[in-house]
Amino acid sequence: MAKLARLTLSDAELDEFTEQLGQVLEHANDIAALDLEGVVATAHPFGLINVAREDVLRESLSRDEVLAMAPDAQDGRFAVPRIMGEAP
Amino acid sequence: MKSARDIARDVRNGTTTAEHELASSLAAIHAKNDELNVFLFVDEEGALDAARRVDARVARGDDVGALAGVPIALKDNLCQVGVPTTAGSRILKGWRPPYNATVIDRLLDAGAVPMGKTNMDEFAMGSSTETSAYGATRNPLDTSRVPGGSSGGSASAVAADMTTISLGSDTGGSIRQPAAFCGLVGVKPTYGLVSRYGLIAFASSLDQIGPFAKNVADAATLLETIAGHDPMDSTSLPEPAPSLVRHVDDGVAGQRVGVVRELFEGADGEVVAEVERATAALRDAGATIVELSLPELHLGLSAYYLIAPAEASSNLARYDGVRYGLRVDADDVAAMNEATRTAGFGAEVKRRIMLGTYALSAGYYDAYYGQALKVRTQLIDVFRRAYQEADLLLGATAPSVAFSIGEKTANPLAMYLSDVFTIPTNLAGDAAVSVPFGVGDTGLPVGVQLLGPGRSEARLLAAARVLEVADGRS
Repeated sequence: MAKLARLTLSDAELDEFTEQLGQVLEHANDIAALDLEGVVATAHPFGLINVAREDVLRESLSRDEVLAMAPDAQDGRFAVPRIMGEAP
Repeated sequence: MKSARDIARDVRNGTTTAEHELASSLAAIHAKNDELNVFLFVDEEGALDAARRVDARVARGDDVGALAGVPIALKDNLCQVGVPTTAGSRILKGWRPPYNATVIDRLLDAGAVPMGKTNMDEFAMGSSTETSAYGATRNPLDTSRVPGGSSGGSASAVAADMTTISLGSDTGGSIRQPAAFCGLVGVKPTYGLVSRYGLIAFASSLDQIGPFAKNVADAATLLETIAGHDPMDSTSLPEPAPSLVRHVDDGVAGQRVGVVRELFEGADGEVVAEVERATAALRDAGATIVELSLPELHLGLSAYYLIAPAEASSNLARYDGVRYGLRVDADDVAAMNEATRTAGFGAEVKRRIMLGTYALSAGYYDAYYGQALKVRTQLIDVFRRAYQEADLLLGATAPSVAFSIGEKTANPLAMYLSDVFTIPTNLAGDAAVSVPFGVGDTGLPVGVQLLGPGRSEARLLAAARVLEVADGRS
C-alpha cells in the first residue's frame, strides 16, 4: 500500500501502522459484514450535477505567477528530474 | 469582552476605529501566542492595511458591512493571497497562495480584518490539533489539555480572546468538537451553503467551512456573511445566503426536538447530565420533546473512516513536488515524488492515505469503500425519517470534555472515536451546531449538539440561542 501511495516507510513505521490500521479495519468490519444488496451508493450528499458556464475568456493566474510557486521551472515550464531511462 | 457585533456597531458609528480594535487583538495575540501556539502566521501588515481601509470607508460615510473592523482568525487551510498557508503540513511550508478563498473576499467586503492563520491538525486530519507539523495548540481554558481539532487553533484564538470570531472547517466534527472543548458556539453548515473555493481539500464530499464565536448572534452574523452561492464552487447551493441573524430570537415554541439516544449514549456522565439539562431547558421554552433511537448512526464512524481517507488519498495526490510546495530531489520523477511525500507528510496523513488507498484498491473496493457509500445512503434515510418526527435533534457534541495533550496520540482508533457524534451529519450533508451548555466535573465546558436537515441553520441557531439564555450566558 505504501508503494501504491508513493510513500517510503521505515520498518518501525511499517510495524506500527500495520497494527494501527488493522484496528481501524477491524472496526470497519461492522459495515463490511452488512448485507446491503440493492442499496444505492451515495458518493455525494446532494448528488453531483455538471455545472457549466458561458464559454468566454476571463482572467486567470498568469503563467509567471503559477511557475513562481514551483520548486523548479525552466523556459516557461515546470522542471522535473528525468522521466524515462537513459537510451541504451 | 465586546462581541463581534458590538465591535462592528462601534466601528460603524465612530465610537472606535478598526485600527484600534486591531491593536487590541494584536496585543492579546502577542501576550499569549508563545504559550498556546495558536497562530502559525500573524499578518500584521495585511491586517493593518485592511483596518485602515475600513476606517477610510467609515470616514467617507460608506456602509462598511456587518463585520466592520472586526478582527478574525482563519484556519490555515484557507487560501489568502500572499499569506503563508500550510494546512499544518511541512509539505506546504512557505507556500503563499496566489488567490483568495471566496470566504476571505466576502469577509473583506463585510469589513472584517483577517489577523492571520491558525494552527490545525495536518490537512485537518485529527481531533486534537496535535498532528500539526508545527506543534500542538494548547486549550486556553486548561493548557494541559487539547483544544480539540482539527480547527483547534481557530477555537483557541476565540477562547483566548485574541479575536472574537474565527473560521474553521468541519469534515467530521472539526468545528463542533473544538467549539465544545473551548466553550464556543460552532456551526457545521449544510453542505454547499458556504463556498469551498480556496479551502485546501481533505475530503471534498464532506468538507464545509463554518464559524466559531462566543455567542450565537455573532456566529449567525459570520455565517450569513460567508454563505451564499459561488460560481467558483460547483457544489455550491444555488441560492443566496439565508437570513440567520433576523431569526436568532425565534425561540423553539412548538418545535419538536428529537433527543437521540445514540448521540449521547456512552458519553461521560458529566456530558450526559448536560444533555439532559438541555432537554429540560428546551422543553421549558415550549418545545415538544420526542425520544428517538437511531441505532444505524453507529455505522457512521466506520463509513467515515473509509470514505474520508479514500477521498483524501486522491486529493493529496497533488502534492508531488512538481507545481508547488516541498520537493526532495532524486534521480527520476517517481523517486522524487516518493521522497517528497515521505519527507513532507506526517504520520497521521500517511496513515490516512494508506487507509484510503487500501479502501479503494482492487479486491477491497466493494467490501470497504463501496460498502461505506451504501451505509451513507442508509444514514441519509435514517435522518430523513427522523426529521418526519422531529424538527431538530439533540445530542452531545463529543463523548468527553477536552482531553489531555498526548492522551490519545498513540491510539488512532481512540482518537477517531471522539468524532462519533459529529460524523453522521457530515455524511448526510446536513447542518449542526455545537453550543456550550454547563460545565463538567472539573469546570471544563460541555458542548451539546443541535442537528437539523439541510438548510435548517436558522432553526438550529434559534434553538442554540434558547440554550445560551437558559445557561445564563447572555
